[in-house]
Amino acid sequence: MKISGARAIVEALKREKVEVIFGIPGGATIPFYDVLLESDIRHVLARHEQCAAHMADGYARVKGVPGVCTATSGPGATNLVTGLAAAYMDSSPVIAITGQVPRSMVGKDAFQEADIVGIVNPITKYTFQLESASQIPDVIRLAFIIASTNRRGPVLIDVPRDVQLEDVDFDYTERIKIKGYVVRTGEPHPYSIKRAIGLIMGSERPMILAGGGVIASNASEELIKFAELIMSPIVTTLMGKGAVPEDHPLCLGMVGMHGRIECNKAIEEADLIIAIGTRFGDRTTGKLDEFGRNAKIIHIDIDPAEIGKNVKVDVPIVADAKKALIALYSKLIEFGFSRKESEWINKINRLKESFASNYEEKGDGLKPSKILKILRNILPKNAIITTGVGQNQMWAALHFKVFEPRTFITSGGLGAMGFGLPAAIGAKVAAPDRPVFNIDGDGSFLMTEQDLATAVTERIPIVSIILKNRSLGMVRQWQCLFWNKRYAYVDLGNVPDFVKLAEAYGAEGIRIESYEEFERAARRSLSAEMPIVMEVPISPDEKVLPMVPPGKSLKEVIWYG
Amino acid sequence: MVDNFHIISALVEDRPGVLFRVTSLIRRRNFNIDTITVGSTEREGISRITLTMRGDENIVEQLVKQLSKIPDIIKISELKPSESVYREMAIIKVLAQDAERRSDVLNYVSIFRGKIIDASKDSLTIEIVGNPNKINAFIEIMKSFGIIEMAKTGIVALQRGLRGKIEG
Ligand SMILES: Cc1cc2nc3c(=O)[nH]c(=O)nc-3n(C[C@H](O)[C@H](O)[C@H](O)COP(=O)(O)OP(=O)(O)OC[C@H]3O[C@@H](n4cnc5c(N)ncnc54)[C@H](O)[C@@H]3O)c2cc1C
Ligand SMILES: Cc1ncc(C[n+]2csc(CCOP(=O)(O)OP(=O)(O)O)c2C)c(N)n1
Repeated sequence: MKISGARAIVEALKREKVEVIFGIPGGATIPFYDVLLESDIRHVLARHEQCAAHMADGYARVKGVPGVCTATSGPGATNLVTGLAAAYMDSSPVIAITGQVPRSMVGKDAFQEADIVGIVNPITKYTFQLESASQIPDVIRLAFIIASTNRRGPVLIDVPRDVQLEDVDFDYTERIKIKGYVVRTGEPHPYSIKRAIGLIMGSERPMILAGGGVIASNASEELIKFAELIMSPIVTTLMGKGAVPEDHPLCLGMVGMHGRIECNKAIEEADLIIAIGTRFGDRTTGKLDEFGRNAKIIHIDIDPAEIGKNVKVDVPIVADAKKALIALYSKLIEFGFSRKESEWINKINRLKESFASNYEEKGDGLKPSKILKILRNILPKNAIITTGVGQNQMWAALHFKVFEPRTFITSGGLGAMGFGLPAAIGAKVAAPDRPVFNIDGDGSFLMTEQDLATAVTERIPIVSIILKNRSLGMVRQWQCLFWNKRYAYVDLGNVPDFVKLAEAYGAEGIRIESYEEFERAARRSLSAEMPIVMEVPISPDEKVLPMVPPGKSLKEVIWYG
Repeated sequence: MVDNFHIISALVEDRPGVLFRVTSLIRRRNFNIDTITVGSTEREGISRITLTMRGDENIVEQLVKQLSKIPDIIKISELKPSESVYREMAIIKVLAQDAERRSDVLNYVSIFRGKIIDASKDSLTIEIVGNPNKINAFIEIMKSFGIIEMAKTGIVALQRGLRGKIEG
């Protein structure tokens, strides 16, 4: 049966079980949109294509399946760039479908032509530019395979307008393969497991460093079983937050530049670091030469290129985190190995206690840490948090305990301000029955604020908590600590009035002046049917502490601003 | 050849944009390569890209691993110089005005087994093929005569013996 290219795209998306597309139409995608209108696939009309991409990303991270966004040619497509880069840096499976000028006009600087395939090449896992409608079934199938297997990541499909109009015989059976793309089984090599077991059994002070790969691999249960068996404390990267429940006795929290001090100390003292699904980013390791200097390192990662990229390791295990953990666990059981108590765990517990008081709120005014603790007590365990970028994000990482994987959604690698609100929208679409809260900064919120309109018109009841410090707080903190308090252009002023802003969009705005008010508002917002924006005024002098200065080793922590 | 000289050989799908993906990755990840060549193979639809670079093992290993993630790359490996054959071609136009210089140039060309492929009143154009060491040595000599212009192809290479055949 012959159908149009546009219909073939929609048909293929249905085969891939796509339930929702986030996007904005334009001249080059009208044929596609025309078919979309009558399909069961939900369309969420964004107000900026960057947000459409962040929404698809938020959706993907919560659901664990690819999120789909779409934009027209030229400016629509270029607006996707930040969203795709954010997804790429955090290995999130996003599919972007862009319109393109008709084939005969490609390369002629036609109206609204942009070489989007060239532009996004370095920030996507792969790109396709369709040359004919007959390619559509294969390309969409392959795009979903590439986005969602091995190390996941965004894929862009560029579809010239006339390809959408061309007829095609729709056949969605597997016809072609990409020779150079092998879907890994993810099984670890027995030899590397054997070597790892040797190190684990010989270690006295093991430490697990869990990253985003643990969450991508849905390996939380396996990780906990493994950690309990060998009695190893666990620290996570920012992206690994939620890989293990943060109230688990073995879980210490986040490590790194803004990591909890006990985590950084503990990793310094470990004699074995078992790194799982982490890419050893500079924010995690601090000064590279000094990271894990006294420890042997086992590195489990599905991407062979991550092995040895930043940190030299003793035993690499190229594997899916879940499969590697299962293999390690069953080998240890086979050898009858297990640990109950250890001096190491006692020491870790003493470390935790000795620093506990440092995290207590001191001084006047609303404290972000306390706001976040109150929020944690109100929200159910499966509530989803998204964040902006900067201090708000780090406060959330430090003070908001997360209990389930895929409930802490943040732009870690790119650090894209403006991520919080659209990611929350995508998250809520993925999980309509769970509360979704966006913890944001005033600067970040303003970057994508217009998509409140999306949340209102689509009746997506998300809650944004804006920690309003009237400044680009994180930059200001660096200027305070490392640049002699020369505050160059970080003052945002006390604008806008976020309550009025929310109201202008038809959302509810709430100004918070006390902890009691906050608690009441937060409780009430759990049953809200429309989006809510809370403005929480805090001092611009609030800092994210502890902090390891850039380029310094994890030992060299600053505690007091 | 200097010991940190590396040859990387990749079989790639013959599709638009593949060379762009390869060079874009090299630039983005801050690798530094000396030569890159692309051409067809015995198999229709499959091209070979040959890269050469200098640097330590870790860097080369990273480059190979990163490149191998590009779905258009079917197979990629480092070729050990001692276990492969590799050649480069240069075309060199040198000044050769008087008879004595001309005959000197011709002498060198014959020692290096080059070929004269064009001549004018004042110049000779030489084609020379060989491993990069030989070509560089020849170029050094030609510099003393005065090189007017020169073009080099970059290196192409194959593994020795039966290994390396395209499978499937
Ligand atoms: C303001 C700011 C401050 C920050 N401060 C910190 C900080 O203090 N500490 C910190 O840690 N981060 C911090 N970050 C985040 C940091 O930039 C990185 O995003 C983060 O450290 C990367 O986390 P990751 O190593 O877990 O890797 P990810 O980016 O999550 O990568 C996942 C890794 O797992 C692998 N993988 C994927 N799937 C699988 C699978 N199925 N099985 C096995 N492996 C798999 C991938 O190949 C990759 O290596 C900060 C970010 C910002 C914006
Ligand atoms: C799009 C973008 N532009 C600039 C930056 C650099 N930057 C990092 S944190 C930050 C300040 C963020 O301010 P705000 O959102 O108010 O959060 P706060 O740090 O005050 O909590 C800036 C400007 C960035 N990360 N992203």
